[in-house]
Amino acid sequence: MELKNKDLISISDVSPEEINLILDTAVSMKEISSREIKKVPTLRGKTIINLFFEASTRTRTSFEIAGKRLSADVVNISASSSSVVKGETLEDTGRNLQAMNPDQIIVRHPCPGAPKILAELLPASIVNAGDGAHEHPTQALLDAFTIREKKGTLSGLKVLIVGDITHSRVARSNIFLLLKMGAEVIVSGPRTMVPLFIEALGVAYIPDINAAVKDADVIMMLRIQLERQGKTLFPTLREYSRFFGLSRAVLENAREGVLVMHPGPVNRGVEISPDVLSGSYTVILDQVENGVAVRMALMYLLAGK
Amino acid sequence: MALLIKNGRVIDPSSGTDDTLDVLVEKGKIKDIGKDLSDDDITEEIDAKGLIVVPGLIDMHTHLREPGYEYKETIKTGSEAAAAGGFTTIVCMANTKPVNDNASVTRYIINKAQNEACVNVLPVGAITKGLKGETLAEIGELKEAGAVAISDDGMTVRNSEVMRRGLEYAKSFSMPVICHSEDTYLSGEGVMNEGVVSTRLGLKEIPPIAEDVMVSRDVLLSEWTGHPVHIAHVSTVGSVRIIREAKARGVKVTAETAPHFFSLTEKAVESFDTSLKVNPPLGSDDDVKAVKEGLKDGTIDVIASDHAPHSTVEKDVEFDNAAFGMVGLETSLSLSLVLVKENILTFPQLIEKMTINPSRILNIDKGALSRGADADITIIDPETEVVVDKNLFRSRSKNSPFHGHRLTGRAAYTIVSGRVVFSH
Repeated sequence: MELKNKDLISISDVSPEEINLILDTAVSMKEISSREIKKVPTLRGKTIINLFFEASTRTRTSFEIAGKRLSADVVNISASSSSVVKGETLEDTGRNLQAMNPDQIIVRHPCPGAPKILAELLPASIVNAGDGAHEHPTQALLDAFTIREKKGTLSGLKVLIVGDITHSRVARSNIFLLLKMGAEVIVSGPRTMVPLFIEALGVAYIPDINAAVKDADVIMMLRIQLERQGKTLFPTLREYSRFFGLSRAVLENAREGVLVMHPGPVNRGVEISPDVLSGSYTVILDQVENGVAVRMALMYLLAGK
Repeated sequence: MALLIKNGRVIDPSSGTDDTLDVLVEKGKIKDIGKDLSDDDITEEIDAKGLIVVPGLIDMHTHLREPGYEYKETIKTGSEAAAAGGFTTIVCMANTKPVNDNASVTRYIINKAQNEACVNVLPVGAITKGLKGETLAEIGELKEAGAVAISDDGMTVRNSEVMRRGLEYAKSFSMPVICHSEDTYLSGEGVMNEGVVSTRLGLKEIPPIAEDVMVSRDVLLSEWTGHPVHIAHVSTVGSVRIIREAKARGVKVTAETAPHFFSLTEKAVESFDTSLKVNPPLGSDDDVKAVKEGLKDGTIDVIASDHAPHSTVEKDVEFDNAAFGMVGLETSLSLSLVLVKENILTFPQLIEKMTINPSRILNIDKGALSRGADADITIIDPETEVVVDKNLFRSRSKNSPFHGHRLTGRAAYTIVSGRVVFSH
């Protein structure tokens, strides 16, 4: 079995079988990272470009390490997304990079659909590393890997996603993936941050986090963009944290053995209280570790295209 | 020197005509309409058997981009696109550079059109200076110079006091007012309709109530001031209902929609194709249904293209960064003919919405096939299959989502003042 497309743009485009293929491949990739010599020659001679139009430390580093552990040549480019500032369109940037014959281009961009433009334009494999509020498919894959590792399966689990769903690519990719794999998804957060039409995606919306955590196997907390405070979405971080933050008191309503996840970076004391962060059910660092393995798996599978 | 159009199905909604007739044209005017016409001076004959002969179509909502954005469109290329689409009269909005907010710009457009355009071009002036929504433009002088209406189209007059005074002031000159009704606080930085598709794509949303709220206000201001308003590009369930209710209680409100609002839904945006980025945005299935109902029951009086040419500079970019608008002059008629096929409108009802209705709203002397009238005539071939090819557009811009679509029917002849300016 192999992947159907040369690109990974959206979880909507991949089948449950392809998701399992990536996750299964990631298991053996994870082992590589535990060796003393953390490098295999699999992608020797391949060129991978990290093209980031948005600031990122974690994701960019994760892709870079993944590529390097597979012996690919990895090049990082930080670009400004504003064509006005830059004087070059996304298409022209893409054509120029393609002229240097990369095998894969990892793209992060503030505009939904931007990686798709490159995927349709260029022969290189394009991996979406986050496009605006649209999707962040590798995050959903690494989250799925982490859940599967801890719970053995995705199917039949109840997953709660809390926070700014409207502006979250992580939430969208996770919703698509979890539903595809047979999990149940509930979202929570203030109505201003949860799309009016969210139920049409196949998820339930429960505004009260205390009610929403009941029977949850997994709780995913989303990062609050601090700059949204005091505008029209929520009045203060203090109030947000009181009503929608994950505290130990809220967690007491959850199921025994619940996993607490966060795509990072965490605003300590805003979406998660510090004592919850340090609790044993918190798997945030496992997510980061697994991110490398999942991205290695994806790069490996795409290189065969 | 006379032109005889023989044996066509002549539909003239202004007089209730729908019959197989001949039309005789001489010296740029319609000389006669009747059975088996003949004349000693006939130098040209068009056999219109199987074709439909109607008053020259009017598109009361276009953007010709000149002056200022000639790389997108000019009065000349826009008029050629209009002729190819079957339009003999087009009305162009004021959001040029400089804005058509004073008589000299109006005169420039009219002069340019007289020299270069192959169809009638009627300019719309601005309601407010620079389309800023702050102070009134010199509406009296705009009218005197030849502007047929005022509108801040593309922008909304956000301040209700300014809009009220604009309507009152326009009333003193009997100047029609066309409203781009959009609550820009609600639409914000949105790029597509707020609905199921935007929820999936994560694109910033424009809620349909952004239109509804402002249509309500504009209807209420019209009622209060007693001056008619014409609502441009109606696209939502809510605004159709608001206009229907307003008409029922006697408010002098009229409305138009554009072909894309009954031909496409937000679903198409899943492709991220920037030619689908329009303002107002493409709506849901329910919105399309409401627009069709509005057309059928007469709530929506007019079909106008909102022809909005943009170059690849504005469109070959990320969806967020692309300009709003699509070209429409060369697809409008073919798309509208679908309404007849779907039994939403009869042929005469469709033609009414593209001729005499816009003419009455703008109070212009067009849109009828009466003896002595300007010989502006469109001959429609209702059966020929057309595959839309944007590369064949006369328009300088190609931003059409209908490229490759199979449609039925098109303009066979476009005749302006007795002269054939386009034929297939």
